[in-house]
Amino acid sequence: MTAALEATGLGKRYGRTWALSDCDLSIPTGKVVGLVGPNGAGKTTLLHLAVGLLRPTCGALMVLGGAPGSTPGQLARVGFVAQDTPTYVGMSVRDHLRFGAWMNPAWDGAAAEQRVARLGLDPRQRVGNLSGGQRAQLALTLAVAKRPELLVLDEPVANLDPLARREFLQGLMEVVAEDGASVILSSHLVADLERVCDYLVVLVGSRVQIAGEIDNLLSTHLRLTGPRHDRHAVPSGQSVVSESHTERQSTFIVRTSQPILDPKWSVEKIGLEDLVLAYMAHTPALGPRPRLELRQ
Amino acid sequence: MIRTALRQLRTEAAIGAGCLAVLAVVLALTEPQLAQVNDAFQRACSAARDCATATNPVAQVDPGLATLVDMFALVAPVLVGLFFGAPLLAGELESGTFRLAWTQSVTHRRWLSVKLGLVGATAVVMSALLVWMVDWWQAPLDAGARNGFSPVDFGFHGVVLVGYAVFAFALGVAAGTLLRRTVTAMAATLAGFLAARIAVTNWVRPILAPPLHESLSLAKTGFGTLSVSPSPGTTSLLPPAVLMPNSWVYQTSVVNSSGATLSARELLQACPGYGQLAETKVPPTLAEMVRIHHDCLARLSQATYHTLVVYQPSSRFWPFQWAELAIFAVAALALCGLVYWWLHRCYA
Repeated sequence: MTAALEATGLGKRYGRTWALSDCDLSIPTGKVVGLVGPNGAGKTTLLHLAVGLLRPTCGALMVLGGAPGSTPGQLARVGFVAQDTPTYVGMSVRDHLRFGAWMNPAWDGAAAEQRVARLGLDPRQRVGNLSGGQRAQLALTLAVAKRPELLVLDEPVANLDPLARREFLQGLMEVVAEDGASVILSSHLVADLERVCDYLVVLVGSRVQIAGEIDNLLSTHLRLTGPRHDRHAVPSGQSVVSESHTERQSTFIVRTSQPILDPKWSVEKIGLEDLVLAYMAHTPALGPRPRLELRQ
Repeated sequence: MIRTALRQLRTEAAIGAGCLAVLAVVLALTEPQLAQVNDAFQRACSAARDCATATNPVAQVDPGLATLVDMFALVAPVLVGLFFGAPLLAGELESGTFRLAWTQSVTHRRWLSVKLGLVGATAVVMSALLVWMVDWWQAPLDAGARNGFSPVDFGFHGVVLVGYAVFAFALGVAAGTLLRRTVTAMAATLAGFLAARIAVTNWVRPILAPPLHESLSLAKTGFGTLSVSPSPGTTSLLPPAVLMPNSWVYQTSVVNSSGATLSARELLQACPGYGQLAETKVPPTLAEMVRIHHDCLARLSQATYHTLVVYQPSSRFWPFQWAELAIFAVAALALCGLVYWWLHRCYA
């Protein structure tokens, strides 16, 4: 089976700064993938590479087995909702649906009109007068009516209020349930992703920190709390993702495949938010944190 | 894709067509009067056999309107660059809608080709209509005192306007692509277009073909205009003006067979009569003036002095128009190539 997205050594450089480097990813099809990371981590760069709006500086990227953006056929297989959901402000909702029909041979006009009607959008209304939530819904409609095999969404809910956010994600889940398309969705808020995603990619500082099925990630990451120790005291076979220390006790978040039996540690499962935060604080390139060790 | 491009061109095309329609009405209403004045003059002068020297009153019918039409022809190509060219890509890049447009089932290369082709073709059709209307309206004026080959008037009519429009359009697109801001791109287009027009008019057009040289006897042209004042050192000599309808005269001068230009001092030495004339208090009679003048011309001709005219003949007007059209069209193609290359480099 071809992967939804397969990257090897992928990198993108703007001038002298790398927006994305050494990216190796293999995301299977049929997943709802959450791409999470702080602002400026390279999420938009990765998604633009995937939809063919950017060309990689180095490495290779295949989306659904094809080079992104290379042919009309490849473009038709991928639906994209860009950040801030750009639309033509002077055109009406109906004009946008026509635009979609004219630009996409596989356009599903009936579904698009149905969706617009269900959202309560007036087809004659100019898009410049729509609310942010309505515009995001229209952008999603345009992307979905292409009948894509992969739907890519770049921070689609970042500027929406909580209610619009919930409605948008609900709409997205309905589409996934109906069409069975793969989805890659970026956000800098874990809470948005937790509800809809079953696969997670954490991108920090232009590098992929971890990628995998959420269930799998949650079952292999544990929080260890015990008397104050440095990281070498953590049982072997675990890799420390993050650590924090107080006067008397140390807390480690570790990735492990084995159960932890040492009685001096109290072991807890962690939530997705804690897991992502741990990776955001984690910078493997710097190695163990020297500042903490010096204080000891 | 073509329908999308047509839909997005709709507003600009309608405004452009509206401007042309207004111009067409104005020209259609005013042309008959120009034609009538010119026809009456042509009949009268061919009856009197003085068409070469008589003044055609057609230029005096409505000089204000004639200037306005010239200005319209000057500005129209710039407007094409500003309102069709500059926003074509800058508008998409500025508002972020390129991320919507280029992720539909149309490659951005095809998107660009259709846009450039369609909007460019609209610019060509509109400017060709403009040329046709303006040339038709100006025909009676061209038969009159106006010289369409003079450096300034050359760019106000003829097919070269199509070249200007296409170039301004491509310049606008390229500026929009590189600068990514519509208003900045418009300013750059205006500056770039003016610079190109001035450069071609002043430095390229004069060397498109080597000019012709024609020698005319002084008996036909005179030696020019001599000003002599009694105090020494304030004499000056202006070369004669030569009547060559619809030719582009670079220069006229009075020279001898070895190529030396006649100076005021040499003229006064050869024709002392003029110097004496300036010093006498009594005004000379007309007969005396004519005698002095004829003597002088005869003496100068004997010293091999003649009038040399360096010029492009009127028959070269259309070759020059097509050549300049070609220059601007090639520049426009090069700019389009730059846009393709830039998009390929910066985007996928």
